[in-house]
Amino acid sequence: MDVLLQQIVNGLVVGSVYALVALGYTMVYGILQLINFAHGEVVMIGALSAVFSSKWMLAMGMGPILALLLATLLSMLICATVGVLIERLAYRPLRNAPRLAPLITAIAMSILLQQIGILVFGRNYFTFPELISKTPLTFGHVTTTPNEIMIFVVSVLLMGGLLWLVHNTKMGAAMRAVAENQKIAGLMGVDINKIIAITFAIGSALGAIAGVMVASNYGQAHYYMGFMLGLKAFTAAVMGGIGNLWGAMVGGLLLGLVENVGLIFVRGDYKDIFAFVVLVVVLIFRPQGLVGERVAERA
Amino acid sequence: MSGIFQDRRKSMIALGALAVVLVLLPFVVGAFGQAWVRILNFTLIYVMLALGLNVVVGVAGLLDLGYVAFYAVGAYTWSLLASTQFDLHYPFWILLPLGAFLAAVAGLLLGAPVLKLRGDYLAIVTLGFGEIVRILMNNFDKVSLPWSDTVYNITNGPRGITGIDGMSFFGFKVRAGTELFGLQISGLQIYYFVFLFFAILSVIGVWRLQHSRLGRAWQALREDEIAAKAMGINVRNIKLAAFAFGALTGGVAGGLFAAMQGFVSPESFGLLESVMVLAMVVLGGMGHIPGVILGAVLLSALPEVIRYGADENVQRSVFGFVLIAPEVLRNLIFSLAMILIMLFKPAGLWPSPERK
Repeated sequence: MDVLLQQIVNGLVVGSVYALVALGYTMVYGILQLINFAHGEVVMIGALSAVFSSKWMLAMGMGPILALLLATLLSMLICATVGVLIERLAYRPLRNAPRLAPLITAIAMSILLQQIGILVFGRNYFTFPELISKTPLTFGHVTTTPNEIMIFVVSVLLMGGLLWLVHNTKMGAAMRAVAENQKIAGLMGVDINKIIAITFAIGSALGAIAGVMVASNYGQAHYYMGFMLGLKAFTAAVMGGIGNLWGAMVGGLLLGLVENVGLIFVRGDYKDIFAFVVLVVVLIFRPQGLVGERVAERA
Repeated sequence: MSGIFQDRRKSMIALGALAVVLVLLPFVVGAFGQAWVRILNFTLIYVMLALGLNVVVGVAGLLDLGYVAFYAVGAYTWSLLASTQFDLHYPFWILLPLGAFLAAVAGLLLGAPVLKLRGDYLAIVTLGFGEIVRILMNNFDKVSLPWSDTVYNITNGPRGITGIDGMSFFGFKVRAGTELFGLQISGLQIYYFVFLFFAILSVIGVWRLQHSRLGRAWQALREDEIAAKAMGINVRNIKLAAFAFGALTGGVAGGLFAAMQGFVSPESFGLLESVMVLAMVVLGGMGHIPGVILGAVLLSALPEVIRYGADENVQRSVFGFVLIAPEVLRNLIFSLAMILIMLFKPAGLWPSPERK
């Protein structure tokens, strides 16, 4: 029982990071119906730039909390720029192309960003400074750290903020309109290109925060870290129902939980299989994902 | 291929010229070293893989991101039954059909549960399937049954399987090479002709299939599933057939790969490999056989050529120092090339005439 509780806590922490990354996938998918394979690499760039900037800030004598905040902000800025650039250069020209063309471009972009990651930062595993304490705290039989609590709380706040943004602001309404029907939204006076660019910026900035969280949680960052993380987050988004914000959150948390709770029953080597087995099972019974709407079979 | 060559005489001449080139190629390339012959052979394997995936993605319109799993099934079938791993040494005429059969069964196993899924949902499930197969191969070096403590080593895990038998015909071992009319022919060069045979077989098979009743049903499915259903096409069966046929081709390619390399490990069957084969299909021109072949040749040869051109020595002579690690530079140019081709030719380099 104690083990189960502990694994649930671990699962929620990992799951909230998956959810943040999954939001980036799902927002882009909702609007462009494109699997943005490069999103995992955006997360990686966020994590690595935070590693370097926070180390530099610490060396300049800043306090750890301030350094974390500034480094995260800087990462968000960098990633938002990268995200918008990717969209402008690689995806926008292909908006009316055959469906698989942007997908292949996205995959190539992912490889390209990895190489840029190597060129800019290098191939090493970089340690992330301990900016928030990782001293274990014990509540009853469950152990956690301030760092983990921070990750979970910030993720939940960010998700709430995004939901508010999408459902309660004029910009959010425009985003929903573009997702619903690009052409009509354009006729109604929505600046489609601007809204799509904003979507990429927000998704990438969230990815940057997720990258900082992953790096601080595992204490390291690496040019290849975006690959598996992105794959799992995307799996989570699909499991929840791609294109749906709630789906990404539910899927992310569920995936984190399943992975960690499953560790009680199955050897760790098979951890990475869980994600996919659960995905297949979920989709067999609910082909539209857990939260996704039943899309009418269109001709 | 009647669309390419208008009149019969010209097409005969073109085919003849092509045949001469294909026969001479391994010897011309071999003059630069056997490593280039190996690259040539890999190109043929990729042609087969791309043709197989083309049936699933290009003709039937089912996006498959885990295609390499079937390649792996073929390769591991060969490796486990013809190597020192279990000291089994079955001949190729059992192993190739068996690998193809098992791969097709895997295709059906994948196909059955995902019949209802569409588009990108299908893509991500197939991706998951590919990863599952790879992780299983990685971990099947310590399989134990719940009721006993004996641990079995089946796949040798991430270290892979070594000591795999090559192909042999009636006691003649291909890997050893031979001498014919005073001409030294290496094992790799013989493999080239074996692979060429299978590649041509795949071209003919895929072409015949594409223009059969089943092929037309696949195209109907690709264009509009509901309309296809309404026309009386059994969508379930033809979807399964597409998965099975694509997988079968992959299984044969896998067996040939294992026979030539003599070594397989899970590393060769990652997601990136699936993505590469898909890129060959899309970049070349989906559903169009000459396009797909072009895509496969280009994407498998291009990285090697760049590797050669971007070599450290070349950089040293141009810049005076090594500016970028050759491997990074290769991936950089490669991914940029892919993006540019898609931006300027979104339908592929050589799309089928009706899709232009």
